[in-house]
Amino acid sequence: MSDSLMDQTVRQAARVVLGKERQIRLALACLLARGHLLIEDLPGVGKTILAHVLAKSLGLDFHRIQCTADMLPADILGVSIYDRERSTFQFHPGPIFAQLVLVDEINRATPRTQSALLEAMEEHQVTCEGETHLLPRPFFVIATQNPSHQIGTFPLPESQLDRFLMRIEIGYPDPEAERALLGGADRRELVADLGPCMTPENLIELQRSLQNVHVSDALIAYVQALVEHTRRAPDFKTGLSPRAGLALLRAARAWALIDHRDLVLPEDIQAVLPAVAGHRLHPANSAPGAQTAADIATALIGAVPIP
Amino acid sequence: MAAKHKKSPPAHPLTRSQQAWLIASAPLTVAPGIAYVPGWLAASVGIALLWRAVLWWRHAAAPPRWLLNALALAGCVGVFLSFRHFFGKDPGVALLILFLWLKLLEMRQARDGLVVVFLSYFLLFTHFMEAQGLGLAGFTVLALVVVTAALSSLAQTRQSVAARLRLSALMLAQAAPFMLILFLLFPRVQGPLWGMPRDAYSGMSGLSDVMEPGSISNLSLSGAVAFRVRFEGDIPPRHSLYWRGPVLRQFDGRAWRAGFQRPIRRPQDPQEMTLTDSVRYTVTLEPHNRHWLFALEMPLTAPADAIISNDYQVLSKQPIRSRIRYDMQSRLNALPQTGAAPAPRTDLALRPGNNPRTRALLENWRRELNTGADAGANADEAIVHRMLDYFRRESFFYTLTPPLLDGRHSVDQFLFETRRGFCEHYASAFVFAMRTAGIPARVVTGYQGGERNPVDGYLIVRQSDAHAWAEVWLAERGWVRVDPTAAVAPSRIEAGIASALAEGEPLPFMIGADLDWLRAMYFRWDAVTNGWNQWVLGYDTLRQRETLSRLGMRQPNWKSMTTAMAVLCGLLLLGLTFWALHKRARLTPVLRAWNRLSRRLKRAGLARQDWEGPADYAIRVTQARPELARPMADIASLYIGLRYGKLDGQKPLDELRRLIAGLKIARQR
Repeated sequence: MSDSLMDQTVRQAARVVLGKERQIRLALACLLARGHLLIEDLPGVGKTILAHVLAKSLGLDFHRIQCTADMLPADILGVSIYDRERSTFQFHPGPIFAQLVLVDEINRATPRTQSALLEAMEEHQVTCEGETHLLPRPFFVIATQNPSHQIGTFPLPESQLDRFLMRIEIGYPDPEAERALLGGADRRELVADLGPCMTPENLIELQRSLQNVHVSDALIAYVQALVEHTRRAPDFKTGLSPRAGLALLRAARAWALIDHRDLVLPEDIQAVLPAVAGHRLHPANSAPGAQTAADIATALIGAVPIP
Repeated sequence: MAAKHKKSPPAHPLTRSQQAWLIASAPLTVAPGIAYVPGWLAASVGIALLWRAVLWWRHAAAPPRWLLNALALAGCVGVFLSFRHFFGKDPGVALLILFLWLKLLEMRQARDGLVVVFLSYFLLFTHFMEAQGLGLAGFTVLALVVVTAALSSLAQTRQSVAARLRLSALMLAQAAPFMLILFLLFPRVQGPLWGMPRDAYSGMSGLSDVMEPGSISNLSLSGAVAFRVRFEGDIPPRHSLYWRGPVLRQFDGRAWRAGFQRPIRRPQDPQEMTLTDSVRYTVTLEPHNRHWLFALEMPLTAPADAIISNDYQVLSKQPIRSRIRYDMQSRLNALPQTGAAPAPRTDLALRPGNNPRTRALLENWRRELNTGADAGANADEAIVHRMLDYFRRESFFYTLTPPLLDGRHSVDQFLFETRRGFCEHYASAFVFAMRTAGIPARVVTGYQGGERNPVDGYLIVRQSDAHAWAEVWLAERGWVRVDPTAAVAPSRIEAGIASALAEGEPLPFMIGADLDWLRAMYFRWDAVTNGWNQWVLGYDTLRQRETLSRLGMRQPNWKSMTTAMAVLCGLLLLGLTFWALHKRARLTPVLRAWNRLSRRLKRAGLARQDWEGPADYAIRVTQARPELARPMADIASLYIGLRYGKLDGQKPLDELRRLIAGLKIARQR
């Protein structure tokens, strides 16, 4: 039953974001796996639309933060203001208090703001003036960033990149999708008309059911072999961390769930590998950006036999 | 953008850790050569390696090509100027070392790394042309581990330093049995393996065929081993251990020489062979680039390729240029020697006119004895005794640092003025005196004594045991050994050189050490070295035959040895392969069935890629062969259930096997 909910969501999103079903599935998998998503691409390929569509389809309340260089942590997290009438400090929650937060151009914010945001993402709570405020559940951040070689940005350091379960690229639509896009209605209107396909409770239920997706020893051996290879092969500066291995497995479970399976296949690992491992691996020898995440993942998959 | 990058990134650039391994292995491979390459080259190696290390440390780029070309040219010119040619071992090694550090400075890609590694292997091997000691062998093993680790770093793995060294050591350990088989069975050629041109034999020390004041006392300061002896039975008493070497007859007033006559083979005396009081022993002689084989007085049998001359020298036909072993049999001084009668031209020859005081003294004695009671035949013997008494009675000293004797009357000077000397002074003066009295006499040089190594029971004879004594011809007894040094310093003969010298004299290393533990350690080390010499370096044709026939190989010749070598290596390889295969994880039945599917489909060109998942594979097969869609879907879902799902038990497995076996794969249309 819940399977059909996911299918509906994917179908509905695909009607708006044309020709990007794979990215939609990945974003959904990321959400199901309780991870945060980083979308890295050029402006205008539909990053914001994708985030918007997901929020609408899943029935989540949605905030958008447009990052700028003069933004302070309080602008995101919220601030305590003295209330004269009650003679107390009153916490005014920032835009982060939403079930789905779109952080646009996160690399325009200063490292200080970035780190405050990422800390909240990690902890699922905000601490202000000694008071802890829990963030809503489910809580999901989609951050976007322009490719980092643009001027006037603060690229996320590797340790911060690790906080995102996945990083995906959207890319230009294929010719057919592009023609449909150009000939179709205004995307914003389409988004405005969307109704929810499931409730937040459904989503939490789905997130819980992730644990029931079976992972066999053979599959764990495969993940281990992949991770081990990145540590031993001289192609990479550093290998994948144990956390990256866990992330890989979690994302693959969600991917299998979307595919209506109760077991994880090596194909699931391979499907999520570019998104999960791409931003955690750095080629040892080539210039940054010379190899895409897909290239790296393809090479890695080809180098490790399935045990 | 892609076009811009096309030129710069090389195919397989060396990573920093790979560079570090290569740089670290270089000093180890070069180190043994530092001692014998020209000084400027050794210095340049040091500077270049340091330079390379600094470049690495600073992430700096390699030096420009024109500079390296200039350095290469300068280096080659330097090698040529040092050796005047490019042939032979020493210029070759020098060039190798030069190229190694140039390559290290130049290397950029994995290919360069391989060149460095193979240069290193070759360079390590060339050091054995210079020396073959146990220390060098041990060091080489160490260097091999590091070089092999560098080689493994060039392969596609990332490992910690310790893990890499362990892997390298393990690989070398796996090679060890092959090494042993090759060592035991590889057919040996007679003589040294590499016939090197002249430069190979310089610098060997030992006795020579010229003895002048100082030549033996210089030798006495060397602790180097001259030879080692293993006796059958007990080692004879020290005072009878006279190791006979060059016999010297010609005297020019200062130096004694062997003269130029060819050695005459001494006729074998059949009677001698029946004597039972002979000692048997085996000598392992260090190379000295001369013909003498040292043997106890008096030798009875000569080893193969050697003769005993008529003055009892044992002479090899070839100069001794590598360590050799020979069995000897000798009769100690119990019986008078026969041997050739004296020849007046050589054994009595004197230059007229010099050393008048000695002449006067001896003529005086001769006159007294001729008029005395025991005239005639015994007179010669009496003169010998008088001379020895003279040494004993007058204040003669035994010292390593005698005053210089100059001028043509050196014997006079020694006998009447300085009276301080080493064995060569006493032997020289004694023989001179005997000749002036008309008694045929000659100088014999060699070694006296030796030291027993308590660890392995070998007698070690060092250069410091070098000695000179005299022989005189007495009409009734033949040639008789007289050691004038024994008259002056009896303890030299009884206890060795250290006890015979006065306090404060310079002593050769270790001879005078009274640190017991140091001596014990020295003996242990010497025993190990000797074992190495005997069993590894001395493993020649003869010993190979001996060992192989003891191992049960009948009539070992090169054919049977090669066969055995190939068979053993093959068996070993087979064994190692089985072991490696066995060590790999045993495949589960499910996986075996799955692999069978891949093998069956391989004939249709649809083998599974080893990174391909089951669902993808099923889809690919179905796309290529739509008629297999049904069975493939069943097989894939069964396999997925068994391997990645919770499906378990014999029944689905049997079903999977049945489906795979029953798959009908038509020939390619």
